[in-house]
Amino acid sequence: MNPNSTETPKNRIIKEQNIYKVSRNSRNWGRKRSKDTTVLTYLYLPLCGGGSMITKLTKMFSNFFKDLFHSKKHVKLGLYGPPNGGKTTLANRICKDWLGEEMGKVSHIEHETREIQVKEQINIKSGKKELSFSLVDTPGIATKIDYEDFVKKGLKAAEAKKRAKEATKGVIDAIRWLDDMDCVIVVLDATKDPYSQVNITIIGNLAARSIPVLIAANKMDLRKADKDKVAAAFPQYPVACISAKKGTNMEEFYESLFKVAA
Amino acid sequence: MTLTLQFVPYSEIEHVSSIGRIKKLLALAKQHKIVLLEGRLRKEEEIELIKTTMEEINKEFRGIELAVIYPGNTVTHDLLQKLKVNMISVLLGDRVGVTIIGPASVVRKVKRDPDKIQLFTHHTLPSAGRRLATLANRLQGKRR
Repeated sequence: MNPNSTETPKNRIIKEQNIYKVSRNSRNWGRKRSKDTTVLTYLYLPLCGGGSMITKLTKMFSNFFKDLFHSKKHVKLGLYGPPNGGKTTLANRICKDWLGEEMGKVSHIEHETREIQVKEQINIKSGKKELSFSLVDTPGIATKIDYEDFVKKGLKAAEAKKRAKEATKGVIDAIRWLDDMDCVIVVLDATKDPYSQVNITIIGNLAARSIPVLIAANKMDLRKADKDKVAAAFPQYPVACISAKKGTNMEEFYESLFKVAA
Repeated sequence: MTLTLQFVPYSEIEHVSSIGRIKKLLALAKQHKIVLLEGRLRKEEEIELIKTTMEEINKEFRGIELAVIYPGNTVTHDLLQKLKVNMISVLLGDRVGVTIIGPASVVRKVKRDPDKIQLFTHHTLPSAGRRLATLANRLQGKRR
């Protein structure tokens, strides 16, 4: 025994007994576990750093049984993307399909959604599986906001300035909420260039946070829409080609959502 | 009107904190300069740059146009090319590529394909555009 060590002979014996009992217990895993070995397992695990292993195993078994019995899973599902991509239109479509009511107001002028909107407890079904989620509709993320752009679209100067100010706050909030998401649908306007830096930055940040992503190539009802370009820009992610406004291809969209979020 | 292109070598931001980097780049953009940064910001810094930009928007400053170009974000199916790109990324990290930050008062739109960036300014500035394209090409060539 090391003379400088603070370990008392009594402690050493307890530690040795714990190691022994745990190793004996591990050999008999699945058989009858006595109460004292369970306690000793808890005593021993912090000593060898095995706590995280137990947590992982518990999670693994929990997920296995959840999948086995198709139990419901509740996730926070975010709608992200550049302004005017159709996030609120898609949110309205989802809410209409499963709740029978709309979620927010849409407009052809950018930054109509300037506050985070949350719809709690939406349950969607596909076969035997069920997915329960809170839908979070976020303001469009942009790198610039100029009130004059709103004036050009017909708003009065005072109204345009107010809208611009609210829109900047909306972008900040949307970024702040990013960490809270369990799964994100990135809604892109399929008629526009998908290689914009905002799209790349959003998707890159979701990947960095290990948040599952589904890309919704929206506005497929328009002639200029190019689904291949969207798919080519982000080949590592599933792409659902939809028209949220017309409700086209929503079945396929929900199936993709199940694969990504469930 | 004069258009200023400010080149920022990676060594200037290498040992600066994330907030420091963002403040430095935004300060240049607020002076109506187009910033050409050697290399790129980290993903979290990119989104933080957008957030800080939003916080600083006012009458004079309307935001930025941002574009990052680097070999890693080009879509390639060539395995050898992929390996080469990964090797470069491992060796050089965030030094690879070019980041362009243009103030919205000067740059109207940035159009990017995986391999090139086109800047559309509010005024016709053909010589400045040529200078910018040459500089960006030179930086990309140097890294390859």
